Amino acid sequence: MPRIVVDVMPKPEILDPQGKAIVGALPRLGFTSFSAVRQGKRFELTVDGEVTDAILAQAREAAETLLSNPVIEDVVNVEVVEA
Amino acid sequence: MTELPLIGGAPVAVEPRLVGAKIGVVTFPGTLDDRDAARAVRLAGGTAVALWHADTHLADVDAVVIPGGFSYGDYLRAGAISRFAPLMSRIIDAANSDAKLPVLGICNGFQILTESHLLPGSMIKNDHLKFLCRDQVLRVENNNTLWTSDYEAGEEITVPLKNQDGQYIADDKTLDALEAEGRVVFRYVGWNPNGSRRDIAGISNAAGNVVGLMPHPEHAVEPGFGPESNAGTDGLGFFTSVLNKIVGGAQ
Repeated sequence: MPRIVVDVMPKPEILDPQGKAIVGALPRLGFTSFSAVRQGKRFELTVDGEVTDAILAQAREAAETLLSNPVIEDVVNVEVVEA
Repeated sequence: MTELPLIGGAPVAVEPRLVGAKIGVVTFPGTLDDRDAARAVRLAGGTAVALWHADTHLADVDAVVIPGGFSYGDYLRAGAISRFAPLMSRIIDAANSDAKLPVLGICNGFQILTESHLLPGSMIKNDHLKFLCRDQVLRVENNNTLWTSDYEAGEEITVPLKNQDGQYIADDKTLDALEAEGRVVFRYVGWNPNGSRRDIAGISNAAGNVVGLMPHPEHAVEPGFGPESNAGTDGLGFFTSVLNKIVGGAQ
């Protein structure tokens, strides 16, 4: 069954405390090549049947209203992935 | 219902005239502090009315408290799922109506109010990434809201603070507007416990009927149970403020 993948990231101007903690932990494990980490969210919305334009539009609306908070986050990607 | 404390001093004397004022306390799945909020309403002299998130009407309450906790486990974002509860639609409409329903959001309740866009900005994880529980000094920056009129402007109060996602953020334009309009209602004093912009602990909407803050006034309403300073009852003023306004307005 096809899925619609929605990726949400903290806005660039907002400090990402979780990403900051992760970038601090990486060198302790010997990963020294990474100067910054930002942590986002990936949602997978399963669709029973074909993904029509109307369904994709619903997914975009859900991404903007529920899956992300526009004050602190951006929806950076909405795409259909066939199973 | 008479409730006598098991420890501590005598309850604060209440004014009988306030008992007719009804304050609704909303419970969501995962709310923790609804019982304490209802108790605070009663100790302040009012009548607490239990409201359930799935209710579709407001039961004729005169004001609403959205208490703290971890509604829906803080899944997705703190307050994000609760914001779409049926009762929240009623609360949003009533808060924005001409009647200007008084609404207080505490901790998770504050997060629900920002997700609802009743208050601007948002909360992210504390800058030090840890859950923090402590007695916190706040300065009352604005005593002209429906929830702070029983305090003096500039008064410092001590109430418990306990949260993980307590860092208040908004863009500079929003912050400048909040400051200019006197809508920064509380600021942290002495130490900023979570990295909140401009030491902001609580804000109001433009009309002053909707107030949200991260610290917990409902845990500082009874001698012997709250913080050690000032008998530990510094939070009572939130509830007496709104009760006095409701009763005064009805006369």
